[in-house]
Amino acid sequence: MMYYSRLRMASVIGVCLIGLALCLPNFIRQPSPSLPWRQIHLGLDLRGGSYLLLQVDMASVATDRLRGLQDQTRQTLLKAGLGYRNLATGPHGVTFTPRTPDETQPDLKALRAMPMNTPGEFKVEEGEGGQIALTLSPDAARQRAYDAVTQSIEIVRRRIDATGAIDPEITRQGEDRIIVELPGISDPERVKNLLGTTAKMTFHLVADSAIGSSVPPAGVEMLPMSDGQGTLPVFSHVDVDGADLTNASASIDQDGGEWAVNFTFDSTGAQEFGDVTRANVGKRFAIVLDNKVIEAPIIHTAITGGNGQITGGFSAQQATDMALLLRAGALPAPLNVIEQRSIGPSLGADSIRAGGYSLAAGFVLVIAFMALFYGRFGWYANIALLANLVLMTAILSLFEATLTLPGMAGMLLTLGMAVDANILINERIREEVARGRSALQAMQAGFERATATIVDSNATALLAHVMLFVFGTGPVRGFALTITIGIVTTLFTTLLLSRMLMVRWYARTRPSTLPV
Amino acid sequence: MMFDRPLLRFVPRGTKINFMRGRFIGLATSAVLSIASLILFFHPGLTLGLDFRGGIVVEARTQGPADFNVIRAALAKEHVSAAGVQSFGGPDDVLIRLDTPPESEPDHEARTQAMVDSVRHAIATLPGAQVLRADAVGASVSKELFRNGMLALGISLLMILAYIWFRFEWEFAVSAVVTLVLDLTKAIGFLVITHFEFDLVMVAAILTILGYSTNDKVVVYDRVRENLRKYRTMPLAELIDLSINETLSRTLGTSCTVFLAALPLALFGGASLSGFAWVMLFGIVVGTSSSIFIAAPLLLLMGEKRLRRDARPPTRS
Repeated sequence: MMYYSRLRMASVIGVCLIGLALCLPNFIRQPSPSLPWRQIHLGLDLRGGSYLLLQVDMASVATDRLRGLQDQTRQTLLKAGLGYRNLATGPHGVTFTPRTPDETQPDLKALRAMPMNTPGEFKVEEGEGGQIALTLSPDAARQRAYDAVTQSIEIVRRRIDATGAIDPEITRQGEDRIIVELPGISDPERVKNLLGTTAKMTFHLVADSAIGSSVPPAGVEMLPMSDGQGTLPVFSHVDVDGADLTNASASIDQDGGEWAVNFTFDSTGAQEFGDVTRANVGKRFAIVLDNKVIEAPIIHTAITGGNGQITGGFSAQQATDMALLLRAGALPAPLNVIEQRSIGPSLGADSIRAGGYSLAAGFVLVIAFMALFYGRFGWYANIALLANLVLMTAILSLFEATLTLPGMAGMLLTLGMAVDANILINERIREEVARGRSALQAMQAGFERATATIVDSNATALLAHVMLFVFGTGPVRGFALTITIGIVTTLFTTLLLSRMLMVRWYARTRPSTLPV
Repeated sequence: MMFDRPLLRFVPRGTKINFMRGRFIGLATSAVLSIASLILFFHPGLTLGLDFRGGIVVEARTQGPADFNVIRAALAKEHVSAAGVQSFGGPDDVLIRLDTPPESEPDHEARTQAMVDSVRHAIATLPGAQVLRADAVGASVSKELFRNGMLALGISLLMILAYIWFRFEWEFAVSAVVTLVLDLTKAIGFLVITHFEFDLVMVAAILTILGYSTNDKVVVYDRVRENLRKYRTMPLAELIDLSINETLSRTLGTSCTVFLAALPLALFGGASLSGFAWVMLFGIVVGTSSSIFIAAPLLLLMGEKRLRRDARPPTRS
């Protein structure tokens, strides 16, 4: 208890010096790019910025797949020359009645040969009343939902990167949520609009025969025009998918002087686009974005180069954003913003100032208290307190943790609580001295008896804050994190560092009475 | 040397205050305060913050003192009706509150977001005004945040119970947790009276004061346990008094340092943190006094028979 080997002292001092070195990146510029340079990040509440919580619309992921399956079934049966009645989608699959009972077996055979996205994605069975049912498996549905969120994160990242945002953080939360943090962007309206657009572009032939009819025939859908002027019947079948785009850009149309979006297909897309336009010269071809018809020009000639242009009466910003969205790709499902928090830069600066002043004032008050009430041993506790602050900063830097305003409050409280261990030790030494023990015995007993109490009291605080970190969200986690780290550094600085200072002092001076 | 010896001292050496004599006064005062807090909790109830209530809050700074009528007019032009426009902090800071559309309506999330943008547009029309902060929390998220916050509180209490139970006898654990629950009700009463908004940051504050209060009780109990072994025949009331007196200097010292650390935060911490810090300060006072006046008497009541069998005078006939 009263002996510190050279090695032990060297390691305690070494840890403090390493801590000091780890703090440096927060205060000076990186001298050479080869050095590891980790620093604390400021949270959005301190530097200003926006936090968006997005929810992936999982219901639409499921309905999209069902619609796809229905379309696939129709195409497969038509290609095989088989007929169907009552083709419909239910909650878990597609059902239809064969034209005649004889066709049931050929139907099953043709449908079972259909390609699946994942093995065992759906089952084809003969159901009640001679119906045929295609049922999607729940496992495949779960996998698809997971993939949809993963893919959404990727698309969100691409879209946000394209806006030039600095250091955006995009993370998954829970099953169907995405957190987007945008430092420095205090008005997230444009980002919200970009993320709120699915940007699923498809090309459909216009069903001219159905214009004017109130109920569209099978395989034809009435889609609204994007400018809100009426509706247009188009074939449900997707002739060309916008997913096959390789590039898109905004420019001013040379003929009309209007803003337009130019796009380029990859080889598959260019091939399909060429085939469809060649076969349908003179017909109208609808460009559909998120189930709205942007325009439906007449095909004058086969377009084989894989290039196209959309002119839909865009403004410059609209054309730029649309090109951005097409380049980044479509979201697999719509996203809804369900929580938004944005902080302007001036408020962040105010908070840093308020938090910094409070931290400094609290630190000075605690130091003064310890010096007045505990004398020499109080100053040793103060040295340990300073080391504590350094080590907390070092660990936060090492993890590249995010410091929030509640996090600063957590640091302050840690400093207040940290001296508790020293108070416990000092009070214990006082008691032992009062009982008439010698200086050496009193210090020994003080360390020994106080240690168990210190560990017990810190363990309960640790438990409470780990829970807070696990169940908390946002800034509260920052608070819990700094306190948790603070408890660990407190144990080190009080049980090892301040005790070492006391022991060294005793070994040097061999006092007969203690300054307590 | 001037830094060597302590200049001040909290409790004179050999202090012996008979705390256990006043144990019923302590328990009764605590019970009255806790019952009053419970009544306040049901009526008028906590002021729920944005996290738990859902809705929109926009803080803006205007050039010169804020004119609420001008702001209301600008909002009306954007077709949003504010549930409240009020000042906060300085004279040129305004806080605009909006209620979100009910959850039953389709597109309520999208409309909530659109409303935030409308408020921003309205503020942009005022010369020199800027948005300091804009928060919008949807109805589903606020319910979830509330559930998570309560879960964190509940699980922390259970973990503390389990830990003390594991380290001490069950009488200690039960009296500690009963005391913590009493502390908790008082903190809630304080929140109701002061109208501080109850949000996630307040849950953090309450958890911290519970952690602090536990810490305080563990130190006193630790001494009680030590003395139980040391003085095998001392009556429990006397023994608890002795333990409290022995640890009194430490109890007051630590309360003081934590109080001093949190005080600047309450005074200069700004709108978002001063409420948090005031609750902390209140909790430190409550937690410290409850260690002495509640947790110790409870331990005496529960442990009188079990913890101190040897102390009873031999009643052999």
